[in-house]
Amino acid sequence: MAQLFVDPAKVGRARDLAGRIADQVQARIDRHTTVSIERTALRLFGVAGTGSTGAPVANLVVDRLQQANVLGKGAVYWLGRALKDGGSDPVKAVERLLGQPGALSPLSMAEERALRDQMRREARAAAGELKRRVRERNAFKAGLQVGAFEGAPLRYVIVATGNIFDDIDQARAAAEQGADVVAVIRSTAQSLLDYVPQGATTEGFGGTFATQENFRLMREALDETSRRLGRYVHLTNYSSGLCMPEIAYMGAAERLDMLLNDAMYGILFRDINLWRTLCDQYFSRRICAYADITINTGEDNYITTADADEAAHTVVASQLINEAFAHRAGMKDERIGFGHSFEIDPDREDTLLRELALAMMVRELHPKSPVKYMPPTKHKNGDIFFAHVYDAMADLVAITTGQGIQLLGMMTEALHTPFLQDRHAALKSASYVYRAARHLGSDLTFKPEGIVARRQREVFDRALALLEETARDGMVAAIGRARFGDVARTETGGKGLSGVVQRADDYFNPFLEILEGRED
Amino acid sequence: MNLIRPYGDRRDDGLVQLAFTLPVPAGAKAKEAASQLVKKMGFKSVLVASMEPAGERFSVFVCYGRGDFALDFDRVEAPEVKHPKHGFDALNARIAERLGRPIVVVGACIGSDAHTTGIDAIFNMKGYAGDYGLERYPWFRAVNLGAQVEPAVLVAKAKELNADAILVSQIVTQRDIHKENVRALIEILKGEDLWGKAILVFGGPRIDHKQALDLGFDAGFGPGTRPSDVANYVYYRLCEKLGLPEE
Ligand code: B12
Repeated sequence: MAQLFVDPAKVGRARDLAGRIADQVQARIDRHTTVSIERTALRLFGVAGTGSTGAPVANLVVDRLQQANVLGKGAVYWLGRALKDGGSDPVKAVERLLGQPGALSPLSMAEERALRDQMRREARAAAGELKRRVRERNAFKAGLQVGAFEGAPLRYVIVATGNIFDDIDQARAAAEQGADVVAVIRSTAQSLLDYVPQGATTEGFGGTFATQENFRLMREALDETSRRLGRYVHLTNYSSGLCMPEIAYMGAAERLDMLLNDAMYGILFRDINLWRTLCDQYFSRRICAYADITINTGEDNYITTADADEAAHTVVASQLINEAFAHRAGMKDERIGFGHSFEIDPDREDTLLRELALAMMVRELHPKSPVKYMPPTKHKNGDIFFAHVYDAMADLVAITTGQGIQLLGMMTEALHTPFLQDRHAALKSASYVYRAARHLGSDLTFKPEGIVARRQREVFDRALALLEETARDGMVAAIGRARFGDVARTETGGKGLSGVVQRADDYFNPFLEILEGRED
Repeated sequence: MNLIRPYGDRRDDGLVQLAFTLPVPAGAKAKEAASQLVKKMGFKSVLVASMEPAGERFSVFVCYGRGDFALDFDRVEAPEVKHPKHGFDALNARIAERLGRPIVVVGACIGSDAHTTGIDAIFNMKGYAGDYGLERYPWFRAVNLGAQVEPAVLVAKAKELNADAILVSQIVTQRDIHKENVRALIEILKGEDLWGKAILVFGGPRIDHKQALDLGFDAGFGPGTRPSDVANYVYYRLCEKLGLPEE
């Protein structure tokens, strides 16, 4: 279907390099935890709700432990100690514990072991409950049609009204018109919040907050719609920003199917601290792996800031790095939706061939993964009629090259978040193009020395060179030189560094033990 | 007097194309409702060209209508930024000669708006659409604070550098959040010496000159702006403010 014209030995070399890059960083990830990881572990233990100031209880507890300089032992450990003497309010219990003289000195060996065993048992029960929900979802999905037809990309659309109840109405309408995936866009500034808001959103900017309640409401509506249509409608949201692990956990609990989750996106596009993001992506991906959530990586963003033709190799290199990180977090290829996009300046010539070249290459480099194809965005302006034609070209490339998931372009991309009628136009034309070009890919062969083949080799060679450089100098240096997305960041810059904490030798996180498969 | 009307098939036929969604299922009643709504907008000879179900509870319409209204084009006013424009070298030479010091500009995309590409297009060396950015001009001292910058931070930087111009970008405009952000900026500026002194420039894909003037700026720049437009404008306006004679 899709052809790859790159020497397999080079592909092998590139994968080795990506593995080396991830290993260098992984060692450091494994020595640290973050406030968000610790809050997630507490949430698994049922620490939910907000305190009197409106701040989530998980934040109050973790902040208090950090103030006392003891977070490196793991929040669950302290929760266990605090609740050992009775009481059910975690904030008060931790406060009381920290106030006692000698509170921080270790327990006797036996007590210590008993405490840890107890917390491990509870963690197993809670994780088992999470798994049960995931299995239930999988069984539900197995009984329904998935996608338009075998080989058609999943038609992915966005809802972004800022009111979850309007979002639900629009998501239902989209599903009825053929949407297979609904992405609920997050409110403008959420990625910079170091906590997850509570409850249903009705007044968001640019989207609704990713909250557990919003997840629940939307999934419930889509379950009902899926049942009615006999076709499964997937739900996705964003596990990005300062709360990647917590959102992954909430997504797992509410049976989300996909999450946007990238090893570098937060660093490059939201100016979140590098180590914070790297630690958080690891834990959040462990959760995704456990809960059968497909991640969508964010390489498509690189070519909205940098020139798409010029920077195509950064997409390819980054995907291999993202893959290496995902593997290290226990993710299977089938659950990694590599992101890329149809974004070359439409004023140039032969962009269709150049887009086909990249789309086929990404497809074939990750044959088992449900590659996620993004539509043109950056070069759209208010001319919605042109934009509609431009989107149809992306639909054609998507079906021809067998992309797994296609985010459908909106003709009003340059103006506002999608109207119902924009989604209607996009779904109708994508369905037409998929139907019309259903077997185009399998009938088509490209010349081994043609524009497509040469373009693939050129891009891959540059990707390989970038990986060589990154493996030699390290990822931190590469990011420092703006090698990805044209954005430079430093190790100590960005938001959230103070939330990165070194693990103590006796760091305790029974949830992580389960996710890493080493609980026994 | 120069009366104009929308031009469809023939001059002055007043034909307009409309597209909208109604929150009702498609059907004869929905189609009639669409037609009546378009009439209520003041159109005549309404044609509902298509009604498509958008799911079970919504329908999408494309309609045509004939507008009876006309406008005297000669009386339409639209403020525009007008001044002579110089090439890269000529502008630098003029600044050197007439001001004898670099022009200091500081810019940012303010509030929680994380879009940097707009402000970068104006500032970055490589510029935009083959037109060099302000950082490349030897006679500009250009400081770009990037995105997600609080208004107070931008003002503080402008004060520190004694900026001649403050360049503000806003890309996210949903629910008029950009207006809230720039109003906050203007409020802070009002308490500062810079007020009335620094040239205030507003830009973004949904910004125009008129709107920028209404919000208290000196000028506004919309989609497709080139850095050289901004460089020339700031130079021209600064000369004006300093009372230098016109060229
Ligand atoms: C690329 C992009 C992104 C990238 C930004 C990367 C980056 N570092 O900038 C990413 C993926 C990160 C992103 C994120 C989001 N985006 Co966005 N994004 C776009 C997109 C596709 C292109 C914007 C772009 O780069 N244009 C190219 C530049 C060069 O053009 P420009 O900005 O218009 O700038 C020119 C002029 O306007 C002017 N100009 C601009 N600023 C200034 C300043 C001065 C002083 C002057 C003189 C001139 C000037 O000069 C420039 C050169 O000509 C647009 C859609 C579109 N096609 O416009 C959506 C769009 C802007 N995004 C949108 C949204 C909603 C978001 C999010 C809020 C989504 C979310 N809920 O998470 C987030 C932002 C979160 C946040 N905190 O802000 C909406 C905004 C809707 C609205 N009307 O408010 C748009 C329109 C998409 C849509 N239809 O929904 N986005």
